Formats: sequence, C-alpha cells, structure tokens
Amino acid sequence: MTGHLNTWTDRSYVVVIGLLACLGIAVLVGPVIVVLMTSFTTSAALKFPPPQLSTQWYVALFDPARSSHIHNAAYNSLWVATLATSLATLLAVPAALAIARLRTAGARALEAAFLAPLILPTLAYGLATLMFFTLLGYRPSLWLLTIGHFIVIAPFVFRTTVASLTQLDPVLLESSAALGAGRLYTFRRITLPLITPGIAAGAFLAFIASLDNVPVSLFLSNARTDMLPIRMWGMIESTLDVRVAAISGVLIASVTVLILVMERLVGLTRRMSG
Amino acid sequence: MAATTADAVVPPVGAPAEAKERIEWRLATPLAFAYMAFFAAPLLLLFWVSFHEDNELTRMGPGQWIRFLSDPFYVGVVWQTILLGIATVLAATLLSYPLALVFYAASPLARKLLLFIIVLPLLTSVVVRTFAWIAILSREGVINNTLIALGITTAPVPLLQTQYGLIIALMQIEMPLMLLPLLAVVQGIDRSLVEASRSLGASHWRTFFRVLLPLSVPGWIAGATLVFASSTTAFISQSVIGGGRLVYLPSVIWQQAMVISDWPFAAVASVMLLISVLTGILALGAIGRLIDPRSK
Repeated sequence: MTGHLNTWTDRSYVVVIGLLACLGIAVLVGPVIVVLMTSFTTSAALKFPPPQLSTQWYVALFDPARSSHIHNAAYNSLWVATLATSLATLLAVPAALAIARLRTAGARALEAAFLAPLILPTLAYGLATLMFFTLLGYRPSLWLLTIGHFIVIAPFVFRTTVASLTQLDPVLLESSAALGAGRLYTFRRITLPLITPGIAAGAFLAFIASLDNVPVSLFLSNARTDMLPIRMWGMIESTLDVRVAAISGVLIASVTVLILVMERLVGLTRRMSG
Repeated sequence: MAATTADAVVPPVGAPAEAKERIEWRLATPLAFAYMAFFAAPLLLLFWVSFHEDNELTRMGPGQWIRFLSDPFYVGVVWQTILLGIATVLAATLLSYPLALVFYAASPLARKLLLFIIVLPLLTSVVVRTFAWIAILSREGVINNTLIALGITTAPVPLLQTQYGLIIALMQIEMPLMLLPLLAVVQGIDRSLVEASRSLGASHWRTFFRVLLPLSVPGWIAGATLVFASSTTAFISQSVIGGGRLVYLPSVIWQQAMVISDWPFAAVASVMLLISVLTGILALGAIGRLIDPRSK
C-alpha cells in the first residue's frame, strides 16, 4: 500500500532533483564554455555563437606592441601574488602550528581573527588600507599591494594547515618523543612532511586568490601599479574589448592545468571541501 | 629497569609542559602582529574617519552618519544590498542542494568530476565569470539568441542591467562557495541513517526533509554565510551586470572614495557594509542553531 505511494513520490523526487542538479551543472560549466568559445570569435562584438572561428584575439593579446598594458598588469599581478603568497606561508604556517592543537578561548579567538578576512567585506578593508597608507604618507605601490593581499590571502594557508595538523595522529608525535627524538627533530621528520601537502594546497589557493583579488587592488592600484583584474574590468567597462575573452581563455586554461597538477600532488579538491 | 630509564628520560609533567605551551604560543605572534598593524589598525581607522565632518579630517562629529542615515536613498541602498545577498543565497541554495544530493549518491569517480566542475569556476577570476555573464545576458548573447531562435520572442529581452540578470549571474559566481562546505558536511552523513529511513517506509522526499536536510544544515549555514558576504561585496559583478541604475553599497563606497574623494562619507558607507554583512552572518548563525537538532 505504502509501496505504491513511495514509487510515485520517489519518481517525482528523482525527476525534480535530477533536473535541478543538471541545471546546476549547466549553470556552473556553461559560462566557462561560453567564454572559451567567444575567445575564438572573428567578431569585434560579443556575439554568441561566434560567426566564425579564429585565433585573432589571442594573436592581439600576445602582441607586445598592442597589448603592453595588459602584459604589464599581468606581470604586476604575478609579482604581487608571488610575494604575498610567500609572506602568507611564512607567517601563517607557524601561527597554525601554535594554535591548531590548543582548545583555549584565547586560541579560538585568535583563530577567528586570522580567518576574519574570508567573511568580512574586503571592499571595506580595501578602502581602509588606502586611507591607512595615505595617512602614513605612502603612495600606492606594489609593496603596499603585497601587504594588502597578504592579509586577505593568509587565511587560506592558515586554514588548510590547521586542517592537516588536526588530522595528524598524535600517537606519531608521542612515539617519536618516546624514542628520544627532540621536538625540533620530530617536527622536521614527522610533522612537516605530513602537513606539507596541506600547506602547498593552501599556498596554491592563496596565490590564486591574490591573482584574482579585486577589492584591495581596486583601491591600491593606479596607472603605475596596474593589476590584471582591474585592467580587465577597465577593458570591459570602456569598449568591451574581446581581448578580455582571450585573457579569460588563457586564465581558464592555466587554472585547469594547475588544478589537475595540484590534485595529483596534494589532493586539492579534498582539502577545499573540508 | 626499563621503567626507571624511561622515567629519567621523560621530563616531569608540570613546569616544562607550560614552557612548551609558551613556546608554541610565540609562533603565532608574527602573524598576530601583522594582523594588528595591517588589518585591525586600518579597520579602526575606517571607523575614526567616518566620524569626521570634513575631508581634511580636522573636525570630528557625527555629521556624515546623520547625512547617510537621514537620506532615504542611502538607506534604500543598504536594504537593496541586503536583499541582493538574501536573493543570491536563496538562488544558490535552489541549485546547490540538488547537486549535494546527487553528490551524496554518486560514485567516487563521479564525485571527483563534480568537485572539479565546482572548483574550476571558483578558481577562475571573478572578472572572467562576470565577463562570461555579459556574453550570456547581452542583447546578442546566448539567452536572447536562443529565445529568438526558438521563436519565443521576436525582440531581445533586456537582461543585462536588470535585477534578475544580476541575481542569476551572482548565483553562478558565488555557488561554489556554498557547495564546498555543503558537500563536506553531506559526505560525512552516515549512510545507515538514510537506509534506516528508507527501510522504515519513508519516501525519498521524506528522507530528505527529515534526515539529510537537518543533518546538512551546518554546511549550508557555512556556505550561505560565504555567499551572503561575497555577493553583497561583489563590486565588479554588481556594477558591470547591474549597470548604473542598480546601486548597491560597494558602488557607493567606490564612487565616494575614488570619484568624489569624500573619504568620511565613503568610510560611513564602508562601515554600513561591514555592519550589514555581520548582521547577515549573525542572523544565519541564529537560524542554524534554531534548525540544527544537535545544538538543542
């Protein structure tokens, strides 16, 4: 009796959830495919589907004479992302070591403070850094951008390092100590090798977050310190330059390769979903 | 014999353990100082600047706050920003939960593929994703060309610079932020609970509403928090897809700070954005405690 009811309602469940999930996948992937196809258009306008295919926008993008501003912005972005990620890793990993295993209220408060940039509106923080550095007498530079980015991306390294430390079996550390190893030796030979994949995943996410950062760069970059996302935004706002599609194509291809490599090396997606 | 040597090696428990804890604490100080100098200090400065009457920051007073809060336009902007965040959370939820349920039932390989599909857009620049939605929503974009080809409309439907267009775009741009914490919680749900519910005669729907939904609420709360915070702050998506007529707090902040150069007023708008996001986060946390059976 209930069996009949179940098959009817169960069928509706499978249909509704299945359709919505398909829509979800289409919505997630669709825009990526649309951008990739648009980047190979012959048209100077954003028509979809493209009337004919060509690589002319990629040729224009890689032309050093025509796209020097874009190259310059990309160079600045990579430089800032590299510095900020190094700084974030150097400072966030020790911080994670210090408080990952502590259950005290002080450690929890510190952890919340270190993770705050992930949920606080970084746009307000971006404006705050502009005011802060201006009142201190500094003009926007790549160094100030590095500091601003470092604050915003440090949580990524901190979070993955804490996660890998809490998954660390304490028995390993105890046996190492029981066998007479010093604390530094245990750290070097046991702890560090086991948390390195977590640190690497966090550093990778931090690097990408810096490369994509808008809220801080929006306020701290100017004509001299142009950053790639801000330059792309300018190109979209002014003429809807199709080279933006070519830049997007390059970024999507690089990120795809990097995700696959990081997945192989450190199990990236597993670390991102908790 | 062995016991005595071990006793000699292992230090007494009391004082050295405390010393050890002190050393570990010190490892956090570089980051803590960096955050005080370059995170807490600028944010405190923002509050301080917002209580200035003039741009030269010479006279203190609540004038800018009164100007902001007594102007129906700016109060409206705050509400619109919060509503945009809520709408994006709801839209993202509508598609995220079915994906999470499919993920729950999927094979390890399908799970890996699904995670890749979620992570790829997340790690692709927000500007790229925003640009994609221009190509989709514009007059000659994907949606309009499809509608015209199917004969549903004859003239292009305006989608860019509308609230619906913006919410759809933000839903896709922010959805991975909801999915990742949700999937993390969902994959930890004990399968025997679902099997028990099914074998006791509950339908799939009933199993979802009575077992999977309540157990996955913490993941949803975490994801909804990120989506709310991110969509209310998404300046470029809001201004490019929303256009000039739809005004949200981020564009007020940018206009006042970078175009008009009215720092105190921009600071007021920024503090309002901080307050709005924090209120949203606290509200979501309260909802979570209300629904989550384990917190009772």
